[in-house]
Amino acid sequence: MSSLTILIADDEAPARNRLKDLLSDITNVSVIAEAKNGKEAVDLAIQHKPDLMLLDIRMPLMDGLEAAEHAQKLIPKPHIIFTTAFDTYAIKAFDLNAIDYLLKPIRLERLQAAIEKVRAIAPPSLAALKPLQKTRSHLSIHERGSIVLIPIDEIIYCRAELKYVTIRTKEKEYLLEESLTHLEAEFGERFIRLHRNCLVAQYAISGYEKRGDETDNQQWHAMLKGVPETITVSRRQQHLIRKA
Amino acid sequence: MSKNKQLPNLQNLGILLRILVGVNLFGIIATILVSKQLSEFLPIFTMLSTVIQPLLLFSILVLYLLYPLLKKLRYWQSVAIIVGVEIIIATTISLLFSQSLLLEYATAPYRVILLTLSATAAMLYYFDLRQRAYSPAITEARLQALQARIRPHFLFNSINAVLSLIRSQPKRAETALEDMAELFRVLMGENRDLVPLEQEITLCKQYLNIESLRMEDRLRVDWRVDELPNHALVPPLILQPLVENAVYHGIEPIAEGGQIVVTITHKANELLIKISNPYQANNSHHMGNKMALKNIKERLALHFDLEASIRHQTNNGHYTVTIRMPYEKS
Repeated sequence: MSSLTILIADDEAPARNRLKDLLSDITNVSVIAEAKNGKEAVDLAIQHKPDLMLLDIRMPLMDGLEAAEHAQKLIPKPHIIFTTAFDTYAIKAFDLNAIDYLLKPIRLERLQAAIEKVRAIAPPSLAALKPLQKTRSHLSIHERGSIVLIPIDEIIYCRAELKYVTIRTKEKEYLLEESLTHLEAEFGERFIRLHRNCLVAQYAISGYEKRGDETDNQQWHAMLKGVPETITVSRRQQHLIRKA
Repeated sequence: MSKNKQLPNLQNLGILLRILVGVNLFGIIATILVSKQLSEFLPIFTMLSTVIQPLLLFSILVLYLLYPLLKKLRYWQSVAIIVGVEIIIATTISLLFSQSLLLEYATAPYRVILLTLSATAAMLYYFDLRQRAYSPAITEARLQALQARIRPHFLFNSINAVLSLIRSQPKRAETALEDMAELFRVLMGENRDLVPLEQEITLCKQYLNIESLRMEDRLRVDWRVDELPNHALVPPLILQPLVENAVYHGIEPIAEGGQIVVTITHKANELLIKISNPYQANNSHHMGNKMALKNIKERLALHFDLEASIRHQTNNGHYTVTIRMPYEKS
C-alpha cells in the first residue's frame, strides 16, 4: 500500500499541529503541505498534487468550501475531507451528500475511519455544496492539467464568446467555461452589463466617449483603466451610463 | 449596593419621566370626572395644573434628593416616608395657594391632599407592578444572553487548541484550561447584579488569552484604560461578548490579523466604553453580531432604563461599538 499524501489547511496553528499529531499516529500517511488559508491550500495543491486535502471551512481570504471547488478541477482529483468546529448548515449538506467531514476536536478513530474510506473509494462530487457558498473570491481555470486562480478583484471585464467567456485582467486573457448570466448572478454588485455579451467591473471604468460619424450611427464606448481596448455600450444599456 | 430593590430608582431619568406623565394623566382623569361638558375641560385642567405642576416638580426634586437615604431603608419604610413627604408638600402648597390666590375651588386642602395621596399610591403601585413584570425578563434575558454568548465555534475550537498543546506544552495547556474554567463559571453563573468593572476586564483578558492560543500574533489588543474610573459598577458580561464579536467578525476573517482597541473613560457621571476592530465590507457574518448587540441593549435598558445607550458605526475600515452608561460606584 503506497503512502497517502495529505495537505492540511487551517488558519489556526494549534489546529494544524493537532491534525499532524493525530496523523503521525496513523500508518502510511504523510503530510506534504500545510496551508493557512484557502487560497494557499489551492496553490499548494496545484504544486504538490496531494491525494487528500483536509480543509477547515472558516478561513480568511478563501474559505474551505471555495478551495474545495477549485481543487476539484485538478487532475487527478484530490479527496476532500472538511474539518469544522461548528457549522450547522454545512454539516447538514455534507450529511445529505455523503461528503466526509470531521468535527473539531477531532478524534483519532474518526480520522482513521475517514482515511480508510479515502483509500477505498473515488472522491465524491462536491457539486451539491454550491448553494452553501457566498460569492467566490477567485475564479479557477483549467490549464494543461493544472488550474489557475484569478482573483475576482483583478478582473476588468468578462465577454461571452461562443462556448466560452473571456476573462480579461490587466496582464492576460483567460477562457472560462461558465455562462455570463451565471457570473452576473453571482457577482452582480461588482460588474455592470454594458452590452448583451459583456460584463464590466465598475471600478475599471474610467469614462465614456461618443464615437462614430455625425449621423445617427454614434455609439457610446466605455474606456477602461489598465487596458487599451474599449467596450461598446449597447443602445439598450445606455441608461446605465446616465446613472453613472 | 442598595438593599431596597423594590423601590424605583428616583434618580433615574426614565423613572422621573414616567412620574411626570403618570401624574398628569391622573390630573386629566380627575378633570374629566368634574367637568360637565367639553368646554369646561380646558379651564378646569388649567386651574388644576396651577396646583399639580408645582406640586409635582417640587415632589420630584425632594424625592430625588431623598433617594440615597430612602434606598438604605426597607421598602415599607421608604413608602411610608414618601407618603408622609407627599402629605406635607400637598398641605403646604394648597395652604399657600388658597391664601394668596383665588383658586379656592381647586385648592380645597382635602381635595389636594387626597388627590396627591391617590396619585402617589397609583404611581408606587405601577412601579411595583412594572418591577414584577420585568424581573422574569431579567432572568430570561440572562438565559437568552447565555445562549448567544457561548459561541459553539469558540468552545470547540478552544478545546481543540488545548488538545494540541497537551503533548508539546503541558504547562500552557494547564493555564488555558484554568482560564476556560473561570470564563465558563461566569458565563453560567448568576448574572443579575452589577459587578466591578475591574472584574469584567479581568474576565475579558482571560477570554483573550484563550483566543490568542488559536490566533497567536494575529490577535493584538490595545487596552486604553489609563483613566479607568475607580470602583465603577457595570452589568456583568457587558464587555466580553463585544470583544468576542470583535475577534470573530473583525480579526478572524483577515489573514494577517489585526488590532482591537478597547477604550474605557468617564466624565462626570457617565461611563464610556468603546471597542473598535478592523472591518472588511465583503465578509458576511452579520447575524450573530446583531444578536449580541440587541442582547446587551436589552440588559442595559433593564439596569439603567433610558440613561444608557449602545451605538455602533463603521468608518475608515473600522467598526466601533460605543456604550454610555451611568457611572455607578460601589
